[in-house]
Amino acid sequence: MVTEELTLNIGPSHPSTHGVCRLLVRLDGEIVTHVEPIIGHLHRGIEKMAENRTYLQVVPLTDRLDYVGSMYANWAYCRAVERLAGIRVPERAEYIRVIVCELQRIASHMMGIGSSAADTGATSAFLYAFAQRDLVIDLFEELCGARLTYNYVRPGGVSFDLPDGWVERCRAFTAQHPKAMLEIDGFFFGNAIARARLKGVGVLDPDAAVAWGVSGPSARGSGVDWDLRRDDPYSVYPRFDFDVPIGSNGDAFDRARVRLWECIESCRIIDQALDQLEPGPIMADGLPRLLAPRPGDAYDHIESARGSLGVYLVSDGSPRPYRMKVRSPAFCNLAVLPLIAVGHTLSDLLVILGSLDPVFGEVDR
Amino acid sequence: MSSLLLGILWGVAGVLVIAGGAVIGVWWERKVAGHIQLRYGPQQIGPAGSLQMLADVPKLLFKEDIVPSGADRPLFKWAPLMAFAPVAAAMAVIPFAAGWAPFDTSVGVLFFLAVPSLEVVAILVAAWAQRNSYAAIGGLRAASQMIAYEVPRTLAVAPLVLLAGSLRPTEVVAAWRWWWLPLLAIAFVVYLIASIAEMNRGPFDLPEAESELVAGYFADYSGMRWAIFMMAEYGAVITASLFAAATFLGAGWPFSGALGVVALVVKTSVLVTIVMWTKWTLPRVRQDQLLRFCWVVLVPATLVQLAIVGVVLPWM
Amino acid sequence: MRIEELRERVCAMYPDLCPLFSIEFGDGAISVPLERVHSAAADLKEMGFDRLGMVTAVDRGEEFEIVYRLQSRDLRAGMFLKALVPRSDPRVPSMCDLWPAANWQEREVYDLFGIVFEGHPDLRRILLPDDWEGHPLRKDYVDERIIPRPDYI
Repeated sequence: MVTEELTLNIGPSHPSTHGVCRLLVRLDGEIVTHVEPIIGHLHRGIEKMAENRTYLQVVPLTDRLDYVGSMYANWAYCRAVERLAGIRVPERAEYIRVIVCELQRIASHMMGIGSSAADTGATSAFLYAFAQRDLVIDLFEELCGARLTYNYVRPGGVSFDLPDGWVERCRAFTAQHPKAMLEIDGFFFGNAIARARLKGVGVLDPDAAVAWGVSGPSARGSGVDWDLRRDDPYSVYPRFDFDVPIGSNGDAFDRARVRLWECIESCRIIDQALDQLEPGPIMADGLPRLLAPRPGDAYDHIESARGSLGVYLVSDGSPRPYRMKVRSPAFCNLAVLPLIAVGHTLSDLLVILGSLDPVFGEVDR
Repeated sequence: MSSLLLGILWGVAGVLVIAGGAVIGVWWERKVAGHIQLRYGPQQIGPAGSLQMLADVPKLLFKEDIVPSGADRPLFKWAPLMAFAPVAAAMAVIPFAAGWAPFDTSVGVLFFLAVPSLEVVAILVAAWAQRNSYAAIGGLRAASQMIAYEVPRTLAVAPLVLLAGSLRPTEVVAAWRWWWLPLLAIAFVVYLIASIAEMNRGPFDLPEAESELVAGYFADYSGMRWAIFMMAEYGAVITASLFAAATFLGAGWPFSGALGVVALVVKTSVLVTIVMWTKWTLPRVRQDQLLRFCWVVLVPATLVQLAIVGVVLPWM
Repeated sequence: MRIEELRERVCAMYPDLCPLFSIEFGDGAISVPLERVHSAAADLKEMGFDRLGMVTAVDRGEEFEIVYRLQSRDLRAGMFLKALVPRSDPRVPSMCDLWPAANWQEREVYDLFGIVFEGHPDLRRILLPDDWEGHPLRKDYVDERIIPRPDYI
C-alpha cells in the first residue's frame, strides 16, 4: 500500500497560531516530518514608517510591535533615542519605567502561560491566568488611559506621573499575585495530564539556543543563564535583589514554568522599586520640542518578556530617524521552531509553538 | 400497525427528551464552566440565564446552511442525522425503573453498547464528506479512539450482566442490590471514563480538539447541521449517564414510583455534571497517551473487576 | 568588560584595523573591508562573541552598510561589526555557517534591502510575499501607494 504524506496549512488564522502565522506542515499520520513557519502576514513596515516620522511620533508605532508587551518596545526605543541624543532620565522616571515594565512582564507571561494551557486544552487554567493579566491591565488603564497600546514611556521620561493611590493598588496586586501563581502551578503544572503533555516535548539544546539567538524565557528554559537585567544591567536594575529562574530540560514544560517563576520574581522587583520610589520630576529638563540628534548610530536593548529586545537607530542629524531596526526576540525565537518540532505529533507542534510564546506583531513588524 | 405507530411515538418522544436534555445541558454546561473559570456564564436571558437557549436555537436555525464546494453533498447533508440516530436509538432500551423500559428486549444491554458506537461511522462519513484535512485527521482520530474505548466500556458492563444473570436491562435493575456499588466500583469508574472517550469529550476530545484541529470532524459544518452534531454529543452524554444511573447506581433506589424517577433524574444530573466538570478541569491528552491509557490501564482494570466478580459469584 | 578593554583585545588581534575601531554612544564598532567580514566574524566568535544578536543594513547612498550586532555572555559585552557593500553589486558572505541565527535575519535583510548573501542555504523573501517587487527599505524605493508626509512635521 502506498501512503502519502499529508500537507496541512495551519493558519494564518487558526486558534493556536497566536496571531497570524501560517505553518506549512507535512504529516506522516500524526507525526510532523516537516514544518515551515511562513510569516509576514502582519508586516506593516514599521521600520519604513519610522523613517517618515519625528522621533516622538515613532513611540506610538513601537506600541504596535509587541502588542501584549507595549511598554517594552516603548522603553527599548526610548533608550536608543536617549543614547543617541544624550538625554539623562530623572531617577523617578527610571523607577516608574521599571515598575511598569515588570508589570508588563507579568501581563505578558500570563498570556504565555495561559496559551500554553489553552494549547493543551486546559481552558480553565488559561482564564485563571487571564484574570491576573486583567488586574495588571486595570492598573495600566488607570496610569495612562489605555489597555493595550500605552504610548507611556517617552524619550526623556514617562508621560504621566503615578495617580493617587496607584502605589497602594499596585502593592495589593503584588501581594496577591504570587499566591495566584502558586495556585496555577499546583492545578495546571502539577496536573498529571499537563505534565505528560508538556514534559519532554520540544527539547531545545542550550548550545542550539545560543547559536540560534534564542533569548528570554525560551532560552532560560534550556538552562541558558542569560538575563540582560542582571548580565548587562540597565536603568536602575543593579539596585534590586532578584533571582533569574532557569530550567534544566529545555522542554515546553520548563519554558512555561520559567515564565511562572519570573512573575514571582517580578513581584519582588516591583515591591523593592515601590519602596525606593522618591518624589521628583518624571521628564528630563530642557528637552527640545523637536529632537534632532547628531549623526551617528546607537543600539540599546532591554530584557522584554520574550527576550532581548533591541532597537538600532541611525541618525543623519535631521529630526527623523534615518533608519530604525528592531531586533525582535520573538522573530529569533520562532526561527528555532522547525529544529525542535520535527518528529513530534501534530498536537505537540502547537504546544511547542505556544511554548516559544511568539507575538506576531513583533515577528512581522 | 399499532406497533408501528407506537414506535414512531416513542421515537418522537426520545428525540424530544434528547433535544430538551441538550438544551438544558448546554445551559448547565455553560454555567458549570463559567463558575469553574472565575466567571458567571450566561445570566442575561431568564433567571440565571436559563432561557439563553431560546435565543441560541433560533439563531442556529436561521443561519445559512453552507455546504462547502468540493464536499460530497449527499453525505455531507446526511452525516449529522446519521450521528444523531444511534444516540436516539440507544435511548429506547434504558430502564427508567425496575421492570419498565420503552423497549424491553432480551438483549437490551448489548443493544445499548452496540448501537451508539455506530456513531463512529457517521463521524467518518462527515469527516470524509467535507474534503478538509482537519476534518480528515479528526475523523481518523475519532475512529481509532472510539473503537479502542469500546473494549473497556463493554468489559466494564460485563460484571453487571454476570451479577444480574441477564442481558435484559429491566432485569438488571430488578436484580440490583446496594452492595453492588462497592463491588462494582472499578467497573463504574472505567465505564464513566470510557464513556467520556466514546462521546469525544474532554479530556479525550482529540477528534474535535479546538486548539489543534479547529473543530475536527465537523470543521465545515454550520448552523443547524452543526447543532445536530452538538445535540448528538449531548445526547450521548445524557444516555450514557442515564444508563449508568439506571444500572450501576440502581435506577430509583432507594425510592420507588414517582420518587424513584426523581432519584434517577438526580443521579443522572450528577453524572452529567461530573462529565462536564472533568472536561473543564483537565487538559487534553495526546493520541498515543489516549490509546496507551486505554490498553494499559482501563482494560486490565476491567479484567481485575471481572475476576473479583467471578470470585464473588459462586457465593451469591 | 569595559569598552576600552574590548578595544585593546580587538586591536591585538587586528593591528591594522585598530584605527577602524570606534567608540560611539558607549558602544564599540569595527568597520572592516567587505572581503574580511566573514573571517573577522569567525575570529570574534572565537574570542567569545557567541551570539549574533542582529543583522541589518543601512542605505548609505552609494553603498549599503551591513551591520552585525555581536553579543557575548562571557565577556559581558556587545559590539558592532560593519562593512560597506557596493550598491551596484550587493553581495555579502553569509554567516549561517557560524551562527544559524543568521538564517532568518539575512533573509529579512535580503527581503528588505536586496542584499544577496552568498552561501545562504535558503535565501527567499521572508516578510513580504514572494512576488513583491523592489526592496522597501532602500531609500530609492518607490511605490505609488506611499503617501509622502508633508514637510511641516
